[in-house]
Amino acid sequence: MSRHLAIVPALNEAGCIAQTVTEIHQHAAGFDVLVVDDGSVDDTAAIAAAAGARVISMPFNVGIGGAVQCGYLYARDNGYEVAVQVDGDGQHDARDIPRLLAALGEEPAVEMITGSRFLTDEGGYRSSPLRRAGIRVFAALISLLTHQRVTDATSGFRMSTRRGIELFARDYPHDYPEVEAILLLHAHRLRSREIAVTMRPRTSGRSTIARAVPAYYMVKVLLAVFVGILRARPGIEAEEPRP
Amino acid sequence: MIVLAAARAAPPTYQRVAVIAIAVLVVVVVVELVRRRRLMERYALLWLGAAIILFVLAVWQGLLTTLSSEVGIRSPPNALFAVGFAFVVVLLLSLSLVISRLTEQNKQLAQRVALLADRLKQLEQERPET
Repeated sequence: MSRHLAIVPALNEAGCIAQTVTEIHQHAAGFDVLVVDDGSVDDTAAIAAAAGARVISMPFNVGIGGAVQCGYLYARDNGYEVAVQVDGDGQHDARDIPRLLAALGEEPAVEMITGSRFLTDEGGYRSSPLRRAGIRVFAALISLLTHQRVTDATSGFRMSTRRGIELFARDYPHDYPEVEAILLLHAHRLRSREIAVTMRPRTSGRSTIARAVPAYYMVKVLLAVFVGILRARPGIEAEEPRP
Repeated sequence: MIVLAAARAAPPTYQRVAVIAIAVLVVVVVVELVRRRRLMERYALLWLGAAIILFVLAVWQGLLTTLSSEVGIRSPPNALFAVGFAFVVVLLLSLSLVISRLTEQNKQLAQRVALLADRLKQLEQERPET
């Protein structure tokens, strides 16, 4: 059994889930692919399984946070050492996975590497101007709170070590989890870092953020961030793995 | 003296009767719902507490008048409604707490079910047909 897992949350991504799975197998051969089907009403699960992925189907839609956390629970229970989140919609380029892994290996003290769209001036998909402004607000806020440079706090393209897996399996934000997860990691005094990646516009399906009213997204995440500051610091590092 | 002052400022009878009727109705409905097991005791307690306090305040005029003048409410019936409103707010907040807890438990259950279903499928595939 390989010890690297790609967690692919998917909701009604029948149009491109096969390609996503195939590309991960192709460009990141050492990774097992786990598709977490979050209550899709189309054939996402069957197509993903046919493409060679392990598929876990949520009994109903629990939201992106719960689905991703289910992936981390699977990673924890099955002894994976590294887990990478890859969106099922084709935004994340599987060719970047080996680069994330290399970056993770370079610095043993770093527990999570995030793929950021905004670290370089290279092209690629960067979302609409309005949404970019919102992302920038979060980036500035998170940078301030964690005392490190964060340019893409909403990127869901991230790779964690065993410690990160154990932490996220225990505690992961409910909806729109990306921003909060960085703070969670920081609160547990685990270090994270970004590397530059290029993203593609989604090939099908819809963003979880587009589904919500963007203003609601902003307010909800800001509330979570500020309440998160007030929350008692856990202080303890990730627990010992449970058998 | 206090009794005299209370009698002068007491709310009109029909308002008190209305509040007493509502309180009794709430108690009856809540008890009936608990009896039919449609409402759990622990969620019934706050309702019953609210109804009983409203009932006491409506019946015991002196208490209501003293309380309302203590906190500076001129008209005792307003104090009665303020108490009722406060209970409604507490009830709503407690319901939000319950929903949040249920949402979290529901998520954890869904995750367990999904992982167990996957495990079961795996075991069935591994086991040779008997």
